[in-house]
Amino acid sequence: MMSASAVVFYILSFFILVTGVLAVTSRKIFRSAIWLLFSLTGIAGLYFWLQMEFIAAVQIVVYVGGIVVLIIFSIFLTQQSGKDLPAPVRSRAIFSVLAVCAGFLFTCMLVGQYTFGAAGRPAAPGNVAGGVSVGNAVGDIRVGNGTGDMSVGNIGRQLLSTSEHGYVLPFEVISILLLAAVSLLQ
Amino acid sequence: MSQVPLSHILFVSTALFFIGMYGLFTRRNMITMLMSVELILNSVNINFVAFNKYLYPDKLEGVFFTLFIVAIAAAEAAVAIAIIINLYRNLRSIDVEAADEMKF
Repeated sequence: MMSASAVVFYILSFFILVTGVLAVTSRKIFRSAIWLLFSLTGIAGLYFWLQMEFIAAVQIVVYVGGIVVLIIFSIFLTQQSGKDLPAPVRSRAIFSVLAVCAGFLFTCMLVGQYTFGAAGRPAAPGNVAGGVSVGNAVGDIRVGNGTGDMSVGNIGRQLLSTSEHGYVLPFEVISILLLAAVSLLQ
Repeated sequence: MSQVPLSHILFVSTALFFIGMYGLFTRRNMITMLMSVELILNSVNINFVAFNKYLYPDKLEGVFFTLFIVAIAAAEAAVAIAIIINLYRNLRSIDVEAADEMKF
């Protein structure tokens, strides 16, 4: 007997996969972009289902509000309206389906064989103990102290923390990368 | 959430990854190939978030990797679309087969 939560997960993943397939197979490029929009929204729903509200919000703001709108703009700038995309070459399509199915079955076999530890965690006792003690040593910042606090405040504090397990250096590197990408567009 | 095993989420993200691969193999239009790349990056994000939630619920590493991947995907889409529009101005086409001027 499946619970309501599991039913929601399977409906969401079915929605994501069906709209994803339609996004890569649709003959009209604008419809393809709209199917991609639905797929990305479904992934945001999956993040909500996983109780990662901040990631879901970022997904909606950046992907649905940014990247898909950019893609639709570029479709309007570069495509003649009402013209279908050419169908893929038959031999290439058959090869692609075979390669994709083989890769999918192989990866699913590997994932199905792997056991993720009896308690849902791979056996690494030293590693776990080290993580907890480091988390307590940070003190005021309260990083990884076993509370499972995924609030936005905690994410922001650890993202901008300069102590151990802080992510301020990658944060600055990403900001410089975004600046370079924007200045390239001038 | 606890009724669904971690491997089912990994199956979904694997399927999404290979859907993106199929699009990358069959499409010849640069914008649709960019859309396939976005699907692949999203499947990786699902993996990171699911591992963080199921295996290390007291840590935030998966969240940060997901945020950085989203930021890089945004930068990559902006640069790719700038390149595509410039290519369209020069070649009047955004088919990858048409962009062969630098081919040896």
